[in-house]
Amino acid sequence: MGSNMAEAHPVGFANVVKAKELGAKVIHVDPHYSRTSALANMYIPTRAGTDIVFMGAIIRYLLENNLYFHEYVLHYTNAASLVKESFRDTEELDGIFSGFDPETGNYVDQGSWDYQPGDDGHPLTDPTLQNPQCVLQIMRRHFARYTPEMVEQVCGVPREQWEVVVRTLVENSGRERTSALCYAVGWTQQSKGVQIIRTAAIMQLLLGNIGRPGGGIMALRGHASIQGSTDVPTLYDLLAGYMPQPAAMIEPQEQEAKDRPTDTTWGEASGKHASALSQQTLEEYLSSSGQKFGWWSNIPAYMRSLLQAWYAEAANEEDGNCVYRWIPKITGDHSHLATTYDMLDGKVKGYLLFGQNPAAGSTDSRLQRKALQQLDWMAVFDLYETETASFWQRGPVPHLDVVDPSQIKTEVFFLPAAGSTEKSGTFTNTGRLLQWHDKAIDPPGDARSDLWYVYQFGKRLKQLYAGSQEARDQAIQALTWDYERIEPEPGSRILDDPDSELVLKEINGYYVYPPGQTGGPGSESLQGPLGLREAPHVPNFGALKVDGSTACGSWIYSGVYPEPGKNLAASRTPGGHTFLQWGFSWPANRRILYNRASADPQGRPWSERKKYIWWDEAAKKWTGDDVPDFPINKPPDYTPPPGATGIDALSGSDPFIMKPDGKGWLYAPKGLRDGPLPTHYEPAESPVHNALYTQQSNPAARYYKGKPFNKLAAVGDENYPIVITTYRLTEHHVSGQMTRWMPWLNALQPALFAEISPELAAEKKIKNGDWIIVSTPRGEIDARALVTRRMRPLRVQGRVVHQIGLPFHWGYKGRVKGSITNDLAHMVLEPNVSIEEAKAFTCNIRPGKLL
Amino acid sequence: MQERTSLPEPVQAVVSEALEIGSQVQPFSVESVEKAPRIRDAKLFHSVCPYCAVGCSLNVYVKDGKVIDIEGNPDSPINRGTLCPKGAATFQYAINPSRVTQVLYRAPYSDHWEVKSLDWAMERVAQRIKETRDSSFVERLPDGREVNHSLALAMLGGATLDIEENYLMKKLFNGGLGIVPIENQARI
Repeated sequence: MGSNMAEAHPVGFANVVKAKELGAKVIHVDPHYSRTSALANMYIPTRAGTDIVFMGAIIRYLLENNLYFHEYVLHYTNAASLVKESFRDTEELDGIFSGFDPETGNYVDQGSWDYQPGDDGHPLTDPTLQNPQCVLQIMRRHFARYTPEMVEQVCGVPREQWEVVVRTLVENSGRERTSALCYAVGWTQQSKGVQIIRTAAIMQLLLGNIGRPGGGIMALRGHASIQGSTDVPTLYDLLAGYMPQPAAMIEPQEQEAKDRPTDTTWGEASGKHASALSQQTLEEYLSSSGQKFGWWSNIPAYMRSLLQAWYAEAANEEDGNCVYRWIPKITGDHSHLATTYDMLDGKVKGYLLFGQNPAAGSTDSRLQRKALQQLDWMAVFDLYETETASFWQRGPVPHLDVVDPSQIKTEVFFLPAAGSTEKSGTFTNTGRLLQWHDKAIDPPGDARSDLWYVYQFGKRLKQLYAGSQEARDQAIQALTWDYERIEPEPGSRILDDPDSELVLKEINGYYVYPPGQTGGPGSESLQGPLGLREAPHVPNFGALKVDGSTACGSWIYSGVYPEPGKNLAASRTPGGHTFLQWGFSWPANRRILYNRASADPQGRPWSERKKYIWWDEAAKKWTGDDVPDFPINKPPDYTPPPGATGIDALSGSDPFIMKPDGKGWLYAPKGLRDGPLPTHYEPAESPVHNALYTQQSNPAARYYKGKPFNKLAAVGDENYPIVITTYRLTEHHVSGQMTRWMPWLNALQPALFAEISPELAAEKKIKNGDWIIVSTPRGEIDARALVTRRMRPLRVQGRVVHQIGLPFHWGYKGRVKGSITNDLAHMVLEPNVSIEEAKAFTCNIRPGKLL
Repeated sequence: MQERTSLPEPVQAVVSEALEIGSQVQPFSVESVEKAPRIRDAKLFHSVCPYCAVGCSLNVYVKDGKVIDIEGNPDSPINRGTLCPKGAATFQYAINPSRVTQVLYRAPYSDHWEVKSLDWAMERVAQRIKETRDSSFVERLPDGREVNHSLALAMLGGATLDIEENYLMKKLFNGGLGIVPIENQARI
């Protein structure tokens, strides 16, 4: 669901086809019939943006008919945990949970969602699952209205089709069998994207399909190292390895009302919503980000090692607190799209773009291009001239988007970049697998790798700040920044290229003070402090220490480069059941996360057929086909002693070790901004009213109402009655910056098109191949009509709803050009991760051409 | 990196069996004997496809300092030598006359690009980074809370960046300069 795997991830899909040949059943639920549908055993057309109803009804069915995997659910999930009496569900509040503040659009008080705490800090439970406040009973009530009739009414899917899915899933789950679920941006690019994925997680936990071979929820990510860019994040709210970026306050804030264009900082909390949790000191940060129980109790060692990697010996002053204060604190939503409005308002002055093309590739692209005009300067690093680099030259439709260079102040630098074959480094694929790529040749001309650019900027900036006495410049002065090659690379004419393996070593981690010595940092008899170059590698994250004796750039990647000459990302030995010698999969080269769940509570495989990790009683350890995701010697019957903390506080049958209670969360007692359970809301633009609740759309989403360039169609707006979704083709990549300059690919997919059903085409008097204009309140684009049965009208709430689909790969640069589909999309952001809703909005079409 | 000059083993077996038909080696013309795949004597480099996140392995062949071919790596458990149309076109992504190989500069209010030297651009952009950061740096909020940040310089990275590149970007701009809006395609 939410993915066209055959066309967006074709080589990965070959494995699905192979599984089908071996007897697996493949079901595709999607608004758009594609090659994935063609190769599936069953295709079910559905209305974009209604996945929570489709899967919510499956959850209800499993609960009401006692078809869930009892032993798994009882022992491995939080089904038995008791939730506070003060919690109010959407059933009671008509589509909203307790704690919502309508004035700011936030759940400002999430305390009622939490567990009832027991004396030892662990939640109270009811293993009989009968207590009305236990998670299973709360879910039973919450999902009661997600009936097969609702699936028909809301999704437009006939009951019989939905029933085949339920039956297939039930038959293919349990001790002997597992089912996997694949999704992509069809789920994430929605105003409730995180909750759609949560629905899938609940379904898979109820069926016992997590942590087991052939199970899981596969996020099919779309770029070579998009997983890597999240793990070693260039994201505003994360430090490496999913540690949060320190914040001046913890809770999300409504920033629109308060902002003034003259502010130098913005988004700060007003008194009412300022969280009591301060992160002004390292100690406060660790106590508010870490957990007393479970694996995250190790965060002090990981954070301290990161500070050590960045600032070396300065990180030992005040036990790390001195350098912690240098790390910038966030004061609100500073995500890409929120920042676009700050740019439009003139608050953002400079912009660095490494291989990104927001002028065509980001949602509401017209807004993106207008925002670029407000910048003082911008530097674009890419292989080809992009729409973004040349936004000052013209708009996609010159007579509609008038662009006058003489009125645009932005100073633009285009710096030529190297391709992946022209530099060495690591990509992390969608399966968390790190794979090293060699540099084959030098990049042409003045082109350089992004690593070169950043390294050289760092050197120049350190020089520019070298003489400063300002406190604010201490961080850049202390920053460790030596990645010089000792020997120039053989055969390369670029003599000042940094050593990417040295960077990988820093990411892996090293001993600032080699182990086995007595005393601690500061004591004179010690060997150390050692710098990156000469220090011994740490073998894995288990070696990281809180006392400043280790450095590590990203704890989850620790172990990728455990000793000199042993870069495991570059390992290329095929073979074995789980290919453990091919690349390195974080964490600790595990291929399936939470794989303790592949054994029963006593540590025995659930079945011979699904044997994967089990307890070897003779050897007193966990063993199997993968690296066990569990303390290796902790027996299945281990019970935590009173007062135990950290990982020792979890029992021998608690597989979900990252969670403080060791359980898979059917119900999320904390951590989400839009509720502890998934709830169906209509997309921000929808042809129909929400059939389940009065609450129409996600109350916690950010709508940017009243902001320029972001007009939304009203519910059921007759001017925009058609549902539109957008997608990728096999032959192009994102906004086309990596494909539309290539004749081989352009020959295969030369032009933009819009897929429309024969019924809609007849209604609008459009023939196959005609030019049509697609309009939304944000703008208009033109495309060729592809009249096809691949799009089908659906019956929703007693009437016909049409859907159309457009790929989004074109723009006004490249060897083939076309309209920018993202000009149509709006800017409504999902509350947890600030992702736009590009997969379900509304439009209209008419015959015609703009250019 | 390793040399690969011989045929894959299963192919070799078939070929040698074919050659051993009959009691003696079959006659071949000089031309046939001298025929060789063009990747013979080429240097093999391991790479990874730069497009989607499946992570298909690529074999990159270099001869005389030039990439002569890019194919799927048959050893990879991920792609077993196969590639999709984009992956198979990686050669043209890298070897392409439309690539920009010099620094281009557009001055404020100008209607054209100018070619500039790399060193000039590096110095100028470094200066711009410093000016923007210094003029917008905030140590404390009005209520006294320490933030040590600048929100006026933004960065957006693509998700074809190496993890080493991501790491240095976050380290320099966030850890070194206090820049907050550092973002990536991973958000999109």
